[in-house]
Amino acid sequence: MIQPQSVGVVEARTARFSAPLALKSGGTLDEYELVYETYGELNADRSNAVLVCHALSGSHHVAGHYADEPSNVGWWDNLIGPGKPLDTRRFFVIGVNNLGGCHGTTGPRSINPATGRHWGADFPFVTVEDWVTAQARLADMLGIERFAAVVGGSLGGMQAVSWSLQYPDRVANVVAIASAPKLSTQNIAFNEVARQAILSDPDFHGGHYYEHGVVPRNGLKLARMIGHITYLSDDSLAEKFGRSLRHGKALYSFDVEFEIESYLRYQGDKFAGFFDANTYLLTTKALDYFDPAFEHGGNLPAALARSRADFLVVSFTTDWRFSPSRSQELVYALLHNRRNVSYAEIDCAAGHDSFLLDDVHYHSVLRSYFDRIRT
Amino acid sequence: MMYRYDFDVIARWIEPGEKVLDLACGDGSLLRHLMSVRNVQGYGVENDIDNLTACIGNGINVIQVDLEKGLAGFEDGFFDHVIMSLSLQAIHNTQGILAEMLRVGREAVVSFPNFGYWRHRQSILNGRMPVSESLPHQWFNTPNVRFFTIADFEALCELNGIEVRERLAFDEGQQVTDEPNFLASVAVYRLGKRHNIGA
Repeated sequence: MIQPQSVGVVEARTARFSAPLALKSGGTLDEYELVYETYGELNADRSNAVLVCHALSGSHHVAGHYADEPSNVGWWDNLIGPGKPLDTRRFFVIGVNNLGGCHGTTGPRSINPATGRHWGADFPFVTVEDWVTAQARLADMLGIERFAAVVGGSLGGMQAVSWSLQYPDRVANVVAIASAPKLSTQNIAFNEVARQAILSDPDFHGGHYYEHGVVPRNGLKLARMIGHITYLSDDSLAEKFGRSLRHGKALYSFDVEFEIESYLRYQGDKFAGFFDANTYLLTTKALDYFDPAFEHGGNLPAALARSRADFLVVSFTTDWRFSPSRSQELVYALLHNRRNVSYAEIDCAAGHDSFLLDDVHYHSVLRSYFDRIRT
Repeated sequence: MMYRYDFDVIARWIEPGEKVLDLACGDGSLLRHLMSVRNVQGYGVENDIDNLTACIGNGINVIQVDLEKGLAGFEDGFFDHVIMSLSLQAIHNTQGILAEMLRVGREAVVSFPNFGYWRHRQSILNGRMPVSESLPHQWFNTPNVRFFTIADFEALCELNGIEVRERLAFDEGQQVTDEPNFLASVAVYRLGKRHNIGA
């Protein structure tokens, strides 16, 4: 075994599509661009491709770094590379920014060719299913008939599951991590608070803020702060920040006093500095709408009957936003359909964010699973 | 992967193509054996992350479950056989897990070390807790939490409406027919629900 390495310098590419894409919401995108990156080499049989689907705040930049930006490291760099659990010496790995995104793929910040102005609030609602359809078109363009695996955490896991339902013959393995077959009521509730923070920001301008030269920064910051709390566990917050007071005593002020306040404000500001508020709104709605069992009267086993893939499902003990019981629902519905399925519940203190960490047991499970995938 | 003599006994009770659930399946060796000789569709249950990882590496379906909490997610009667090989003695919830095995499976297959084995009795008579091939641990590091004999187990089955459909007993790998509670170190059972109960 080699020492795990980075994939090194990577470049984002843009794929242009001019065939109209009919969306689940009823809208249509006549043309669009998807920004993507690839790592490793596609083999002669084109049988070693792995698609990595991103979650709410992720992007196509999954691994490696850019030549002119060495500190801009991909969001799942600890997983992907030569000698890493998803080994780019064996696999051809693809990351793609989803439609409606804000990292170069066509989204609300793009120019609407019909008006010559930013799409803004006029960008159509996009769903997990639409993203998967667009990803399949990218796969067509790259000459990939069937993925060795589709992998994702959280919302990315939903896309991986949806792949096996929309294109059962085009995915051999689904790896769904810290995910769920649908959001819980509580989860939708958190998303709604985040959306209201953005929608009620005076700088939102009904979603057409680009033309006013502003962004709803405060709303986006609040949305991120709320999200951040839910991605971490009570214990991990307590361990990281406790009740530490910046000034060692109470100042009876609304400025930063507790370290957790400082952390949340910093994270919120950082996020509001690069992420697009309309993308945030659309993505949280895509999360809320995802429910493959809905068209089957709520019967998840019936919804999953189409799937032909093998599954690895992973959850984390302290993840209360996408709790282990949500993953278990998926596992038992797959078992009902006699799918090959394995399930690991990793003991990790970091809550939902655990899926981005390199916990040794977690990565061992992933490595073992990827190692046995035939290409 | 390892092979144990009770694998062959268990394989004889499994029909080709069955759905099999193996509780506390370790690294998946038994399921691998049943997949190769009986072409079963096998699923393992484990709660130890290293065993779980080993199963995944061996290409065995494995689901992480704490057996002390039962098999709540599994459907009634889904499996043809639910197996627990040499692990019943390591579970507190003895009656609960036996009931769960016969809920999710048509039949259960259970093997366990016989604490009534003569060498174990002799050891106790000599004043020391038994350590043997079937009980390899010391009293202070054993994973076992229930200490019972063949006679004890059969009394529990009687009490809980569990039908003993077949029993094979072994002394360190050799089959024992006479006085198994005294002469056998391990017993393997094929169990079902007694149908005349309450009739």
